[in-house]
Amino acid sequence: MTQYTIDKSLDARGWCCPMPSVKTALALEGMADGQVIEVITDDPVSKRDLPVWAEATGNTLLAVEETDSTIKIYLRKGEAQA
Amino acid sequence: MSDKTLNKKPVTIVLFSGELDKAMAAFVIATSAASMGMPVSIFFTFWGLNVIKKQGGLIKGSNWMQRMLNIMNYGHARKLALSKMNMLGMGPAMLKTMMAKKRVPDMAEFIKTAAALGVKFYPCEMSMTVMGLKKEDFLDEREAVIGAVSYLSIAKDSQVNLFI
Repeated sequence: MTQYTIDKSLDARGWCCPMPSVKTALALEGMADGQVIEVITDDPVSKRDLPVWAEATGNTLLAVEETDSTIKIYLRKGEAQA
Repeated sequence: MSDKTLNKKPVTIVLFSGELDKAMAAFVIATSAASMGMPVSIFFTFWGLNVIKKQGGLIKGSNWMQRMLNIMNYGHARKLALSKMNMLGMGPAMLKTMMAKKRVPDMAEFIKTAAALGVKFYPCEMSMTVMGLKKEDFLDEREAVIGAVSYLSIAKDSQVNLFI
């Protein structure tokens, strides 16, 4: 179901607000536009906050997958896509 | 972040309080805003100065009143009281344990993270003068010591301005 390659995976499990978005921001700094990051979190607030964060920072939300207590959020750096 | 970053709206926080719980609130907001690409400035004034004080140096000031105040008000990022349920330091100790269990960063980590995200720390000149504190008493991450006018010149262009 994932039709994009994951360039970086960020395991933010165990961290709660505001660290998932802070860590995502820091991780994206070292990435190029168009690259995809997978953020793994167990913080339920991140499911709502990270998409908002992506929109506010001009990054693209690709998908949110939830299994049991783990949430995986896929973001593409930058807007739209190549 | 993309060059079309939408969040260039600055955030200004006045941290007047020197308690751990209130400082936490300020730094959660500051790091979140910075992660969203918003330029963040924190103006540390009065009791809030303790948050960015270096550890050590109990006796500061040039007269007995300043020295007494600084001894009684001794504190830094790792030694801050709570605004409620302080219980002679038991409250903060318990809260720190609870925070660590939930992996909420402690104050020292928050300061490091905020600095890495480009949050600017401004100590207030007037409070420093009153309390007999020197700029060397503060963490190296700080910006220039500024006054109320400089704070206002930053705050007037901010979309979010908080007094904690």
